[in-house]
Amino acid sequence: MTSQERAANSDQRQAAEVRSGSIIPPGAPAPPFTLHSTPDQTVSLSDFRGQPVVLAFYPADWSPVCGDQMALYNEILPEFRRYGATVLGISVDGAWCHAAFASARKLHFPLLADFEPKGGVARTYGAYRARDGVAERALFVIDGDGIVRWSYLSPIGVNPGADGILEALEALTSTPRSA
Amino acid sequence: MAHGQSRLSRLVLPVGGRDHVLGPADAPTTLVEYGDYECPYCGLAHPIVKEVLHRMGPRVRFAFRNFPLAEMHPHALRAAEAAEAAGAQGKFWQMHDTLYEHQRALDEPDLLRYAERIGLDHTRFLTELSEHAWEARVREDFMTGVRSGVNGTPTFFVNGIRHDGPWDAEALVAALLASSRRPA
Repeated sequence: MTSQERAANSDQRQAAEVRSGSIIPPGAPAPPFTLHSTPDQTVSLSDFRGQPVVLAFYPADWSPVCGDQMALYNEILPEFRRYGATVLGISVDGAWCHAAFASARKLHFPLLADFEPKGGVARTYGAYRARDGVAERALFVIDGDGIVRWSYLSPIGVNPGADGILEALEALTSTPRSA
Repeated sequence: MAHGQSRLSRLVLPVGGRDHVLGPADAPTTLVEYGDYECPYCGLAHPIVKEVLHRMGPRVRFAFRNFPLAEMHPHALRAAEAAEAAGAQGKFWQMHDTLYEHQRALDEPDLLRYAERIGLDHTRFLTELSEHAWEARVREDFMTGVRSGVNGTPTFFVNGIRHDGPWDAEALVAALLASSRRPA
């Protein structure tokens, strides 16, 4: 991440903290970000212009196996791809932790490290849980123009599944956004 | 759409003729499990479900649907197909029980051995397994689960609503009794 990008993330964080308490609603622009997906690679939201993005914030890597949210999305990737959508997982875990987790669970999509400043991007989405120091379980479906089209904050202990995401992607493809 | 609110995940495909069902069709409550034969948590749930069915008696109908987490569990899809192949010969539940009781032995020769043990037509079972005759059916189960909000295995639905709490026998019985008192 360049210092410029870090500064941008920091500005967004301050902006988000003003809003306090609720996640970004549909219709709002998705805050841009650039985060590490591996120790030597970064991913930017703007890389995916023109296609839907499913942004899935989650509290931590290594939750119990068969109920794991990321493992579930991994199984459903072909469904997401039918809508041309990319799935990005985000937690405050570092890139090395993500690498070990993704390898152990054979995950085939990027996990982004919202690690420094900790939870900086989660805050811009209103999806940071300050008292626990982790991201919420919050889902965002972002359209090809970078607009949030669906968002959902799940109770922290409940893996939200994928039904809401698929409904949102379906709505996205059947009702194009008016200019 | 509202955000930051709890949304109920509902079973999109009601229990019907395509399902493997235990218990009376007119039972006041229906318990549905989406499970994976290689998932250790489903293995734990197996005797729990039996206890729940025993305690609820004719007050519950139980249906099992496949939700193989195939990326995580390399044997899960084949095991599910084997259960369906047994189901085609009227012995779904025998295979279902056998698979859950032998979760660490789900290789192809194991499946054939179980088929023999429960008295399936060997040639037919072998043919259907090698032709993946039941794979589409298993995937159909999987997708109905995804669309219903299945979020891991096992996932239970109590009268069509995803059960998010603990799934010990006590909790499941309580959830079933509570739902039977609620107007539909």
